[in-house]
Amino acid sequence: MNEVKTNKPAIMRSNTDFEVGSLEANEELEPSTGKWYSNVKYAVVGMLFGIVFVKAEVLSWFRIQEMFRLQSFHMYGVIGTAVVVAAISVWLIKKFKIKTIDGRPIEFHPKKFNKGQVYGGLLFGFGWAMTGACPGPLFAQIGMGATVVVVTLLSAIAGTWVYGYFSDKLPK
Amino acid sequence: MAGGLIGLIVPALLILGGKHFGISSNLRHICAACFPANISFFKYEWKKEAWNLFFIAGIFIGALIAAQLLANPDPVKVNPALVAELHSYHVDTYTSQLPPEIFSFHGLFTLRGFILLVVGGFFVGFGTRYAGGCTSGHSIMGLSNLQWPSLVATICFMAGGFIMANIFLPYIMRL
Repeated sequence: MNEVKTNKPAIMRSNTDFEVGSLEANEELEPSTGKWYSNVKYAVVGMLFGIVFVKAEVLSWFRIQEMFRLQSFHMYGVIGTAVVVAAISVWLIKKFKIKTIDGRPIEFHPKKFNKGQVYGGLLFGFGWAMTGACPGPLFAQIGMGATVVVVTLLSAIAGTWVYGYFSDKLPK
Repeated sequence: MAGGLIGLIVPALLILGGKHFGISSNLRHICAACFPANISFFKYEWKKEAWNLFFIAGIFIGALIAAQLLANPDPVKVNPALVAELHSYHVDTYTSQLPPEIFSFHGLFTLRGFILLVVGGFFVGFGTRYAGGCTSGHSIMGLSNLQWPSLVATICFMAGGFIMANIFLPYIMRL
């Protein structure tokens, strides 16, 4: 696998974005990657997620305002429970070396620290308190019927593009 | 209950296809697919990440279903201290999770609505990519995998939110 590492294109070597699986070295992708039908299962999981967002008021601007004013435990309870359940699941997957349904090993990638996690984190925090949405609820707010949030989404895409344009020049 | 279901997304995605929970990267995939503009940050095979675009399409449809079929007709219950504060900004409608004084096309064309929706959206897109993740990628996936950089990111998300909500937002809301 060493040759894979040395042949990694620049975009992989300078990767500070740990959310793009195919940019990680040695990531073995599903054989059916790129075929639409292999992706339908993720749409089903997303649908359940979207229903939870609305019913649990995770996409509520009011709940986010309460969270950042310490006026309600709601969001802390939701995020805290999610982290605990996810952490136990990850621990079980590692301990019992659980594989994917098509039999590939499940890989985890360590995240490296960079200053973007501080500067970018603060900026995202500003945006979260202003819009009441992180990127997931942004799509759910539109689905819920708040069509004006399409403008917020386009602006978020523009923000991502501007980041991409300046990413080499920003402190990391 | 809801938090537990959100937490279960992590093993569901891992077991279904070894996928890591992280929603904000979709904004990058959309840029890579639609406006790559020869920027190296957007030159990668976004089609390999198409599963995540299906995932957000699912979120959209799920929210649509929940709002149409499972809607709660009662007014949104909000902490009285927040109600009093919002009243001083002339935000008094609790029929939806998003106050129409801001989250409507009429609201968008007010100065404060424009700042919250457009500038706020820009911060979400720029900030999440600079940080390399959002609430899902860092706070849930990263923390559950015990990654300390994700803890740093999560603390900064919260710090940014507290600063905005308590220091800057009162000025923006009065515009």
